Amino acid sequence: MAFGQKRSGGRGKADKKSGDKAQGQRRTLFRRRKVCKFCADKIDDINYKDVKLLGPFVPERGKILPRRISGTCAMHQRKLQTAIKRARQIALIPYVTD
Amino acid sequence: MATAVADRQYELVYILPPETTEQQAGELHEQLESVVTRMNGAIERTENWGRKKLAYDIGHHKEGVYVLEVINGSGDLMKELDRRLRVIDQVVRHMIVRADEEKKVVDRTRSKRQADSERRRVKRGLPPQRQPGEGRPSERDDLDDDRFDGVEV
Repeated sequence: MAFGQKRSGGRGKADKKSGDKAQGQRRTLFRRRKVCKFCADKIDDINYKDVKLLGPFVPERGKILPRRISGTCAMHQRKLQTAIKRARQIALIPYVTD
Repeated sequence: MATAVADRQYELVYILPPETTEQQAGELHEQLESVVTRMNGAIERTENWGRKKLAYDIGHHKEGVYVLEVINGSGDLMKELDRRLRVIDQVVRHMIVRADEEKKVVDRTRSKRQADSERRRVKRGLPPQRQPGEGRPSERDDLDDDRFDGVEV
């Protein structure tokens, strides 16, 4: 019990991965802890006008980066989502790019 | 209707063709302003972001002049503005967003956090505000590393 699960309060992401494969275990142990950027930096206002802030959450393809990858908390992901959608409407961020 | 004047704030962003001159933009601004004042509203501030590249083509435009207006007024006023902006050919695209509610939420969370931290600090026997040179800088560096920077997949 001492290994494989480094945080008991984790979001279940660690245990899911540990069942992956034996060779995947090493990676599991050193997996980077994800922190919601907006909580950590204390950014309250996720604004559609701030393209620089939204940029990292919209990869090249133009899709919104899922929470499981970015580590954003649910509340901020929701705010991020509306902000990105608004920014798309006024052509600050693309809908899709091929 | 006059009671509902100042309690709502909206943001209007519109895009004009890239070849628009300052003067043309000004004329349009005045046109909008006349509508706003006639319907008991007020333009709080105007920002011209200048020429920007559009993220995708709109019509045949690849660039546009962005203008932001922060307007205090009623919902009826914004309805009317929306209708007018649709009609004006010069406006490539526009968007109206209600701003006051979000602002309220932001202010509330900010002041709440401030109050919470002050309360906790006082409890620990510290002055309510953070002093310069306080805290461990090495700890902060570690935090930075944890944060998402947009490369990991």
